[in-house]
Amino acid sequence: MRIELERRAGVSKLFSILSPFIALGLTLIFGGIMFMMLGKDPIAALYSFFIEPLTEVWSLHELAIKAAPLILIAVGLSVCYRSNNWNIGAEGQFIMGAIAGSILPVVFYEWQSPLVLPLMMLLGMLGGALFAGIPAFLKAHLNTNEILTSLMLVYVAQLFLDWLVRGPWRNPGGMNFPETRTFDATAILPEMIASGRAHWGFGFAIIAAILVWFMMRYTLKGFEITVLGQSQRAGRFAGFSSRKMIWFSMLLSGALAGLAGIAEVSGAIQQLRPVISPGYGFTAIIVAFLGRLNPLGIVVAGLVLALTYLGGEAVQVSLQISDKPIRVFQGLLLFFVLSCDTLIHYKIRMMWYDLSETAGKGTR
Amino acid sequence: MGIFEAMLLTIITAATPLVLAAIGELVTERSGVLNLGVEGMMVMGAACGFIATQVTGSPYIGILAGIAAGALFSLLFGFLTLTLVANQVATGLALTILGLGVSSMIAEPYLGQSGIKLPQIVFPVLSDIPFLGPVLFKQDLIFYLSIALVAGVNWFLFKSRAGLKLRSVGDSHASAHALGINVIRTRYLAVMFGGACAGLAGAQLSLVYTPQWAENMSAGRGWIALALVVFASWRPWRIVAGGYLFGAVSISQLYAQAFGIGIPSQLLSALPYLATIIVLILISHNRRMTLINTPASLGKSFVPDR
Repeated sequence: MRIELERRAGVSKLFSILSPFIALGLTLIFGGIMFMMLGKDPIAALYSFFIEPLTEVWSLHELAIKAAPLILIAVGLSVCYRSNNWNIGAEGQFIMGAIAGSILPVVFYEWQSPLVLPLMMLLGMLGGALFAGIPAFLKAHLNTNEILTSLMLVYVAQLFLDWLVRGPWRNPGGMNFPETRTFDATAILPEMIASGRAHWGFGFAIIAAILVWFMMRYTLKGFEITVLGQSQRAGRFAGFSSRKMIWFSMLLSGALAGLAGIAEVSGAIQQLRPVISPGYGFTAIIVAFLGRLNPLGIVVAGLVLALTYLGGEAVQVSLQISDKPIRVFQGLLLFFVLSCDTLIHYKIRMMWYDLSETAGKGTR
Repeated sequence: MGIFEAMLLTIITAATPLVLAAIGELVTERSGVLNLGVEGMMVMGAACGFIATQVTGSPYIGILAGIAAGALFSLLFGFLTLTLVANQVATGLALTILGLGVSSMIAEPYLGQSGIKLPQIVFPVLSDIPFLGPVLFKQDLIFYLSIALVAGVNWFLFKSRAGLKLRSVGDSHASAHALGINVIRTRYLAVMFGGACAGLAGAQLSLVYTPQWAENMSAGRGWIALALVVFASWRPWRIVAGGYLFGAVSISQLYAQAFGIGIPSQLLSALPYLATIIVLILISHNRRMTLINTPASLGKSFVPDR
């Protein structure tokens, strides 16, 4: 068999909408096969993975809690990726945002005021942006590959958090557990609606998605991002600076990842621990691509990926299997999304050389 | 055995997986393909190598399994980026995410089992040479393979006709295509070679470095290997120099921790990553030098016109 690609005259509108759904469908089929190989009933497994979490109010709240950081981070990443800046260190920016925002409730815990919460959020954004500023500076001024530097900084951020919660920031009254003091009530992000735990992080995510969507679609900045991403040369002729774009996109995505970090810590965990993220920064990369780098698509994609986290927890309980299939699901999904995107620009032709020959003989 | 000798031996053990993964990626990148999935292929090699060793009892079968796992896994990347012309950066990331997931799932039953360490191969007379003997001639098979591979790749790229073709594909795929070289097939082979090397590097981790399975046991080494290729400016022997430098950095932090120097252990653990960043800065701040050395078609997709 041979596969040939033929470039379409234009972008296929149909497939730009369909391709994420085809990818989801293929992931479900492969996921079912995977559960079958683990010796479980695939229908029941997929049901408790993808449907059950949607049937109860409390789990819908959990869904919003998990989707919030994914959407916030992915919206920022979409600007980076569209402008051809490959920030893959959002996990580190998330952690540094959480740390910077926690300075107030951990170090200055005696200061209780309505100002604390907004300041925490601002500090979180600042922390994430500054940390993303490192690879931005290195790329813009020293020509250093941002993929590798931003990723290396993730490990640095993880180790820095580990040091903080085991060392200087450890809760003095916490029986030597590696965690900070729990936040005061004034430092906790309130719930959005009374029916459950979902906090304002989800609200921030929706607002950020709408703002970035507006920027990409209706402002000159959005046009600049797209042009520089598609052709640096064309961008230069238009008078756009790719150096400034590196700074802009990296700082924006860093700030959003930092906000996600402090919102998660203040709203859901309410203290710092050695590990505060189940890989949100990396899963957000999948979210960004599944949402086709469109902020509104990312909102939907964020909910889907959040569902895989919840579903993973659900099957752990109902089918007695480990949480490992979650990562496999997420990886498969990204693979299928990327391969289905080919359909947008190309027609795929399969050449069944030998097969058609033998089939022809058979019918004769 | 003196302390200096012992240190040198641990540095070699730490450097070998970096050298292996980097030499594979070097060939891949020389053909114009940027595969960021090294970490994923490496951890797959570690998992499959360990499982095969536990099942068969032979670490040599483990090595083969690691190589096969890396090569097969890289085919997935090849299919997406070469046949379906998907974005190489994103697909490489996908390969890493998927590799970390699949490896932790399939190797879960083997968690906590103690493995079988790859035995040393001792060269009779040579290993009796004081100091150099034990360091160079009393090592495991994978170490010898790593050096042989670097020498082999160096010869292949710069002395053989096929290597010249591979480099031409990486520098200008359109010209290579016009000359009748099969660009896609060359790249598939280069990607699989990179995958096999990364798989072997992973097998070294779970059969030599720490003979057991732990989740995410590659711990960023695949990414460091990617940085090594840039550091080496795509020249094989420089990979060895860089790999041993990084090995020394990561070992020095272990020694510093053991001697209880008053530095937080987390800072010491961060050293290899910080060193990677610093080295990248030093290498790439000269824009012109980078441009000369980088394969010109690196990261660009190719669709043959028919």
